[in-house]
Amino acid sequence: MKWGVVRFPGSLDDGDSLYAIAEVMGQDARMLWHKDESLGGVECVLLPGGFSYGDYLRTGAIARFSPIMKSVAKFAADGGLVIGICNGFQILCEAHLLPGALTRNRSLSFICQRVWLRVENASTPFTRAAKQGDLLRLPIKHGEGLYVAPEDEIRQMEERGQVILRYVDADGRESDAANPNGSMRAIAGVANQRFNVFGLMPHPEHAVEPMLGGVDGLKIFQSIAGSAR
Amino acid sequence: MQVRVFVTPRKGILDPQGRAVESSLQSLGFKNVSGVKVGKYILLEVEARTASEARDEAKKMCEALLANPVIEDYRFEVDGE
Repeated sequence: MKWGVVRFPGSLDDGDSLYAIAEVMGQDARMLWHKDESLGGVECVLLPGGFSYGDYLRTGAIARFSPIMKSVAKFAADGGLVIGICNGFQILCEAHLLPGALTRNRSLSFICQRVWLRVENASTPFTRAAKQGDLLRLPIKHGEGLYVAPEDEIRQMEERGQVILRYVDADGRESDAANPNGSMRAIAGVANQRFNVFGLMPHPEHAVEPMLGGVDGLKIFQSIAGSAR
Repeated sequence: MQVRVFVTPRKGILDPQGRAVESSLQSLGFKNVSGVKVGKYILLEVEARTASEARDEAKKMCEALLANPVIEDYRFEVDGE
């Protein structure tokens, strides 16, 4: 599968994402520049974490207007696979490719820690290597990860299975203490209605080798690789 | 023409900054304060012939970029109105 990782000014995890896909997964991956309009024939676009455009105005608000985002929107409309991690998730929400928004953590503090996530829907191109209810151990590192959407929209998303990952405790149970940033319904990752666009705050690319503290991130990348059209 | 845009967290959306400021004010002894919200104040110079033209432009800017309707409300003032 051919992957493209978009580098925006202020991207931070572009290199680690490329490393995870190309070096660890052995897939064909290239960097895409935010000013380019061509996606170079890739089959999956990854928007990495970081602080694109300094998080000015709102996280992801400016990156959304990068030339490449027009192509990404068209690619998504044609059914192409798009995954946004952390800042990439924020960009996808700002670009209206995903519902909802991400705002300041409940604690007002930047959080950097490992969390437990429960796979709520394992029949998507991004989670098919996992089983429903599986627990993943992944790191988070963000200041604005509190997921918000109108109540009725969240209810519809839940019914359609668009809530893909939730913050839980080590036993897989939801609790206020296990919700690191105060996200509504402990939501950590969502997909669009068509299930070809996925955004998540946790970082799978930082959990791909034992020396990084875990390999659960591979589940996400393996799922996508196995979804090649 | 100067346009002053005010962006605030939507009603019902958790505003942790507003809550922190509110509790700090209360701990300073301002027990009469409530409903604190922290938002943004954006100043724009808009070239326009009339205030209503500036107003139309400002509305488009707010909807396209300056506010995110999922989490924020906006209002603005135009010079000469």
